[in-house]
Amino acid sequence: MKHLLATDGLDPALATAVLDTADELKHTLLGREVRKLPTLRGRTVITLFYENSTRTRVSFEIAGKWMSADVVNVSASSSSVNKGESLRDTALTLAAAGADCVIIRHPASGAAQRLSGWLADAGTAVVNAGDGTHEHPTQALLDAATLRERLGSLKDRRIAIVGDVLHSRVARSNIHLLSSLGAEVVLVAPPTLLPYGVETLPVTVSHDLDAELPAVDAVMMLRVQAERMAGGGPGQSFFPSAREYSIAYGLSEKRLGLLPEHAVVLHPGPMLRGMEIASAVADSPASAITEQVRNGVHVRMAVLYHLLASEGAAA
Amino acid sequence: MSTLIKSARPYGEDVADVLIEDGVITAIGAVDVPADAEIIEADGQVLLPGFVDLHTHLREPGREDTETIDSGSAAAALGGYTAVFAMANTDPVADNAVIVEHVWRRGQEVGLVDVHPVGAVTVGLKGERLAELGTMAKSQAQVKVFSDDGLCVADPLLMRRALEYSTALDVVIAQHAEEPRLTVGAQAHEGEQAARLGYPGWPAAAEESIVARDCLLALHAKARLHVCHVSTSGTADVLRWAKERGTNVSAEVTPHHLLLTDERLATYDPVNKVNPPLRTSSDAEKLRAALAEGVIDCVATDHAPHAVQDKDCEWSAARPGMLGLQTALSIVAETMVRTGLLDWRGVARVMSERPAEIGNLPDHGRPIAVGEPANLTLVDPDAEWTVRGAELASIAANTPYEGMRLPGVVTATLLRGRITARDGKIA
Amino acid sequence: MAHQVIEKTANGAETTTPPVLLGIPTRGTPLAVRLADRIEEFSGNRPPTGALDVTLYRDDLRRRPPRALEETQLPATGIDDRVVILVDDVLFSGRTIRAALDALRDHGRPRAVQLAVLVDRGHRELPIRADYVGKNVPTARTEGVSVLLSETDGRDAVLLRAAEESPGEPQ
Repeated sequence: MKHLLATDGLDPALATAVLDTADELKHTLLGREVRKLPTLRGRTVITLFYENSTRTRVSFEIAGKWMSADVVNVSASSSSVNKGESLRDTALTLAAAGADCVIIRHPASGAAQRLSGWLADAGTAVVNAGDGTHEHPTQALLDAATLRERLGSLKDRRIAIVGDVLHSRVARSNIHLLSSLGAEVVLVAPPTLLPYGVETLPVTVSHDLDAELPAVDAVMMLRVQAERMAGGGPGQSFFPSAREYSIAYGLSEKRLGLLPEHAVVLHPGPMLRGMEIASAVADSPASAITEQVRNGVHVRMAVLYHLLASEGAAA
Repeated sequence: MSTLIKSARPYGEDVADVLIEDGVITAIGAVDVPADAEIIEADGQVLLPGFVDLHTHLREPGREDTETIDSGSAAAALGGYTAVFAMANTDPVADNAVIVEHVWRRGQEVGLVDVHPVGAVTVGLKGERLAELGTMAKSQAQVKVFSDDGLCVADPLLMRRALEYSTALDVVIAQHAEEPRLTVGAQAHEGEQAARLGYPGWPAAAEESIVARDCLLALHAKARLHVCHVSTSGTADVLRWAKERGTNVSAEVTPHHLLLTDERLATYDPVNKVNPPLRTSSDAEKLRAALAEGVIDCVATDHAPHAVQDKDCEWSAARPGMLGLQTALSIVAETMVRTGLLDWRGVARVMSERPAEIGNLPDHGRPIAVGEPANLTLVDPDAEWTVRGAELASIAANTPYEGMRLPGVVTATLLRGRITARDGKIA
Repeated sequence: MAHQVIEKTANGAETTTPPVLLGIPTRGTPLAVRLADRIEEFSGNRPPTGALDVTLYRDDLRRRPPRALEETQLPATGIDDRVVILVDDVLFSGRTIRAALDALRDHGRPRAVQLAVLVDRGHRELPIRADYVGKNVPTARTEGVSVLLSETDGRDAVLLRAAEESPGEPQ
């Protein structure tokens, strides 16, 4: 594996290998005195975040450090980017400074792929930590790891993804990964929050959350931004009000009752309690939200392992 | 000064010699060759009326780092053009007589192609008040086409006024059809590719709704309307309907919309970013048919040079636009002639005659006949060439055809009898 | 022959507190179990067993494609202040054992570490020696030695491969 840019087109055998590695890493570190593995000693990993994120960045940083890599964090607001430096120049600078791997989060779709092109000569591995509304592959991997843990396997499972699919890179990454691993995906959202052309993706579509819940094995709630409402500015107006959205698409306690016993509730975070998910639901036993975060570290360790442990893989 | 084009095939038809003296065609067929005549051995190549581009960006004044009237004229001549219309979205904007007269004069100084400045419809392209259309029309530049291209004249009332006002001046308003409220943050054609790749969408309806509206307004005002860079099959349908009911509307299509589609989006390479965006292969197919049918009247390049830093970046940070002057003929040959949709007479119509009519240029797009001004282009239909951005005459190099092998090579261009380009070099 | 080798090793391993047998996957793990079975048979005490995967500690990771991790499972007794006997099928360069010592260090502090191997084929590249050896099999460097076990391969055997054939499993 040279880069991890997307789950669309990711070989399911490779994805499964990464998930298996993550499981084993988790297992190995359990109860250990020293939570450190020497495997990536001497490798330099740089996180380059053009969007604020505590959760993902910290997760990657811990993952790198637990593998003994040297991790450096660059945040766009504090750097030369503010002085007008282009993404390309910033990336080349980091590669020249010695990065073996750049983990990038950027508001432009395709940024990670463009980066991998510019860094091709340097041989630097690129991990997409979220590019615009395109993909967030490590999120999908940790979601899959969490579901595997709770449900046993993903094959023939039915997973509902609920909310602002149109603007969600988490949704896109999950759609591709889950379907490639044998699960069925149903998208539940108001028509305005589904991408035009959604029927060409490997999904079914529904606007009725209550109808879908009794038949799913897991439900993944997406964050909905307040700006998307009517009156939220030019180009917005995706739904009339927070109240109407929450009534139709929020995972309330009542809706929790519609889910089968074994069903799992996921959320990529950060949550807007009371909007897309009721507080009580987020804290219920069905919720695997904290496991998602925990698994995030192991999954990211596994990704770094597959990218960097072997020179042959990164070249 | 006399020039003899030996053994050419005007419009790709019968072989004939063509004699030009003092800028005018004086004999075709059996020809008495003057002793001092310059000879061009055409050897069966196709002779066409010089091409006219209704839509080009020469970037002067304001972005001379990407193109100047000098370099743009060279690119045009090499592409077989004898006249181009230079869009008004320069910096400062060409919304007054001073700027348009500069562009006109500079074009004349360079002398490789007739540069006709396009005047802005609204002051500063802001879409708020009409620019001084009359003053510009009557200036030395004799502006015949007005456009806010780059931006849409979105306010329906303002567009109505512009159309009405234009009728007294015998000029045409050319609309960049894009309802701005429907394209906020848009990056690529709203369709399957954009949905998968995470590009905010530019819906076809944003173009079609404006075209429909403006056709209704033009008919109501009995004015002439020209639609820039038609990109969707829906727009072609609207044009067919509007023409059938008597609307005085003309339309252009770019070479890139005839060939390229949104499948190019997967690489996220902004060389493919353009406004209006590349659409689906079905749209491209229907546009070709509409051009052949005459529903779309002509080809216009929308030649848009951009600096490296505006293209070698992430998609959303890049500026939209592609080079087009030197590749236009080849793309038309590839998409229309090779496929049998147009013969060379048809190419003459869409690349020279109709644009000259729409732009009201009496000397261009004329028949290849005795007594006509010698604005001519010689094309080798069987030759091929490989496109290299760095080798093109434009200062910028943003061509989407980089590395592609294309058919059809312009071997000579003549502006009023004077050779401006020959065998790939400025004469 | 395997029975005799294991018996000999089991006798040598008798001490007052049972040692902890950690097999190095893949084949060290079932061997550790077999050894524990024998020790229990002869002494009545069953030493705790487990597995210690050393993939993440290997010094040759960069030169090969990424390897799948194997299972690490330490017994409930832990390893602090115990005698740990590492169990593996073939001892060759010694690098696997060195990696195992590094891995062990991150899990705790054993009182002592010993090594039991089924086959010692020589050609050490590090100063590492086995405390219990089933059989010494002198080999040429280019030859290969593979151990097959019924738990993993369907049968018990020790295979010697000549130089021209593909080499045995990497150590």
